[in-house]
Amino acid sequence: MTSTTTPMNIVVVGHVDHGKSTLVGRLLHETGALPDGKVETLREVCERRGMPFEWAFVMDALQAERDQGITIDTARIRFRTQARPYVIIDAPGHKEFLKNMITGAASAEAALLVIDAAEGVREQSRRHGYLLHLLGLRQVAVAVNKMDLVNFDQARFEEVKAEIVDYLGSIGLSPTHVIPVAARSGANISTRAAETPWYTGPTVLAALDGFAPALPDTDLPLRFPIQDVYKFDHRRLIAGKIESGRLTVGDTLVFAPSGKSARVASLEHWGAGDVSDRADAGRSVAITLDEQIFVERGQIATHADTPPILSHTIAARLFWLGRNPLTVGARYRLKLATAEHTVEVAAIRRVIDVVDLGHHDGIEVGRNAVAEIELRTRAPVAHDSFVDNPRLGRFVLVEGHDIVGGGVIARAEGEQTGATIGSGIIPVDLHARSLANGHRGGVVWLTGLSGAGKSTIAAEVERRLFLRGWQVTILDGDALRLGLNSDLGFSPKDRAENIRRSGEVAHLLAESGLIVLAAFISPYRADRDRVRTINPEAFHEIHVATALAECERRDPKGLYGKARTGAIPQFTGLSAPYEPPETPDLTLATEGRSIEDCVTELLHYIDNTFALTAKEQAERWGL
Amino acid sequence: MNDLDALESQSIYILREAFNRLDKIALLWSIGKDSNVLLWLVRKAFLGHVPFPVIHVDTHHKIPEMIEFRDRVAREWNLPLLIGQNDAALAEGMGPHRGRVECCSALKTEGLKQVIADHKLTGVIAGIRRDEEGTRAKERVFSPRSETAEWDVKDQPPEFWGQFKTDFPAGTHIRIHPLLAWTELDVWRYIRRESIPVVNLYFSKNGKRYRSLGCAPCTSPIDSTASSVDEIIEELETTRISERSGRAQDRESEDAFERLRTGGYM
Repeated sequence: MTSTTTPMNIVVVGHVDHGKSTLVGRLLHETGALPDGKVETLREVCERRGMPFEWAFVMDALQAERDQGITIDTARIRFRTQARPYVIIDAPGHKEFLKNMITGAASAEAALLVIDAAEGVREQSRRHGYLLHLLGLRQVAVAVNKMDLVNFDQARFEEVKAEIVDYLGSIGLSPTHVIPVAARSGANISTRAAETPWYTGPTVLAALDGFAPALPDTDLPLRFPIQDVYKFDHRRLIAGKIESGRLTVGDTLVFAPSGKSARVASLEHWGAGDVSDRADAGRSVAITLDEQIFVERGQIATHADTPPILSHTIAARLFWLGRNPLTVGARYRLKLATAEHTVEVAAIRRVIDVVDLGHHDGIEVGRNAVAEIELRTRAPVAHDSFVDNPRLGRFVLVEGHDIVGGGVIARAEGEQTGATIGSGIIPVDLHARSLANGHRGGVVWLTGLSGAGKSTIAAEVERRLFLRGWQVTILDGDALRLGLNSDLGFSPKDRAENIRRSGEVAHLLAESGLIVLAAFISPYRADRDRVRTINPEAFHEIHVATALAECERRDPKGLYGKARTGAIPQFTGLSAPYEPPETPDLTLATEGRSIEDCVTELLHYIDNTFALTAKEQAERWGL
Repeated sequence: MNDLDALESQSIYILREAFNRLDKIALLWSIGKDSNVLLWLVRKAFLGHVPFPVIHVDTHHKIPEMIEFRDRVAREWNLPLLIGQNDAALAEGMGPHRGRVECCSALKTEGLKQVIADHKLTGVIAGIRRDEEGTRAKERVFSPRSETAEWDVKDQPPEFWGQFKTDFPAGTHIRIHPLLAWTELDVWRYIRRESIPVVNLYFSKNGKRYRSLGCAPCTSPIDSTASSVDEIIEELETTRISERSGRAQDRESEDAFERLRTGGYM
């Protein structure tokens, strides 16, 4: 490996208009990186626009960027010093384009933070500093730019320097150098400026040359996330990129989270050249195994003695880029290496103000904000904490079609380690379903006259529970009569059969972990009792108690009117009996009350009845 | 791992990601050095297989040697080659005399859009690089295009930690750019290392060679004596002339190339 050909990636960040693009344009010019004619072309562009020469136009290639004089998207341009080649990533400073700044900064090994000497430390100076740290960057140099606007005043420089060093220090970042600079005239870019005799540190270029290159994570434990499995011919190829560690033919691999293991039979190669039987971090490889075990995308291959963490919960520090705020109870898709999981936001521990580093409790995280959150998943997620292995300790969240946030995983207290991998297959029983769902399942049977309010209350309760992330569904008598029970009429015999079938369905769904809101007139006590006996513990009888006169007054479907004329025979309450429950689990009186009131009362009952116990909660969170 | 190994591995990762995440993809083969490298990387990623079609958009203005090279390599490598073209524009005599940007839009961009529509492609792999040109420097690896193939440069998806936007509403498609992080010099060093075949037009004849290949009327050779891959690498290590300097359509106006690209040009 030659140090002269591997480029170092540097991101240039800072508040809008503090002169990032100008500084980069100047760097390129002074290192001879601009092609012949580029400066002349830009000079012509500026003259046509009737403005002074603008170095930033080297980087701001988009028409809108030149029109507005701001960088919208990250650009990458190269230059080389005697020490090594560089890729310079120019990140936009405008708050609106934070996602582009992240895109640029996440691939950098080191950063240059640019601050306007006259304006001093501003909101995005702090935000960018904070995000660099969050993204895992530890090498940052600061350029205090536009020193020409403050007459190269040392006192002003020291003031700005103290402010930024103080801020970065409080988030755990210590800048390698703070350099007084005038990018437009080239002061302290590659040559020391006569205007700053009081400054004894390096120029910007010398500071960059002082950064240490990032090394591949070969010394960390093996993490080989499976990207795909190919069967183009007789071979079954397991393909992926080694994120950390190394892999050798003959190694025994353990696949998380399945816990299955097999030995590496071969490292496959195409073309002449590489025939090595070992591959290191950073390498895209394809291997074959000595046994045909089930392996799929998303699993992570590791060595047996260094497994990843497996857990249903993840505590993380997150930056949010979504247009909609992140909320407690909301569900997103989590992508970690090649694995995907549906996750629910279990808690927002605190929302962090990156400007003053204060924090507050919150029920949502807005766009471009940073927060500490807790996620939970149905299936265990194989991961590392960010400090132990950054590559398996970070994830993105996806909402709809878009990446809306990124997070780095905290090291949890007493977390369940991978030692339990393969300790047994989780049985899919009622208990396991309850733990996965965060609540028990059961049948909430709403009985009452036609027009009593059963369907209205059920619909609103379903919506509320759904928004919380609970597993809930409605079984509606009218709806079932259109399909499953379409062969049945309204004779006592047919009514009994109607309720028997519906009750069986309700209990089946409840056994799969759902809360079933069953809305049936179900007028006969004996029919309801038969439903109860299927599983008495899971059956909850709710009497939606509304007097006949009130139901007839509401008559939402016009049925009472038709029944009075005799058009509907055997109508409950008029021409057929209704037998109210003798000892219902809850009586919901609806008259003179708002729907909201009734919904709240039923939700309260459901909370008390179906929530997990403290012991179950602890088990669910792996505590 | 040296720098070429790292670039190779990252490009293979991107190709495998595209193959796994997208329904119907194809590789755009311009016959130039970059897309030859890309084809080579596809064969490495899939262990000798090319598991999706390779598309060449024929403008009928290409330099003849390019078409000969295409047909020979397609035969030797047994490539699933598809030829796309804008028949309507060709029939009514579209050419650079109507305006270079107009000609590029009709024969290349429209030709490509038709292939995408005909084969219901959801992803197209192209060999563009960030160091070629300013607007390409702002590209994403997975870069969405609207139903009309337009590129929304002002609202591009975030892309970090090797996670790409791979989910899209129906009707849109995605351009995949596995060579985005490569430079012209990287491409030639890799061609040398792997002995990848390229069209002879890149090598100097009578003091001139092509540095970037396109259509005959709009592409001119540069002054050069580099007649081998080694000599080209030597030349690039010291040159200060930009790669697309021989491509006339880029310089029709200040934002000619940006307009071409937001309209769907590669």
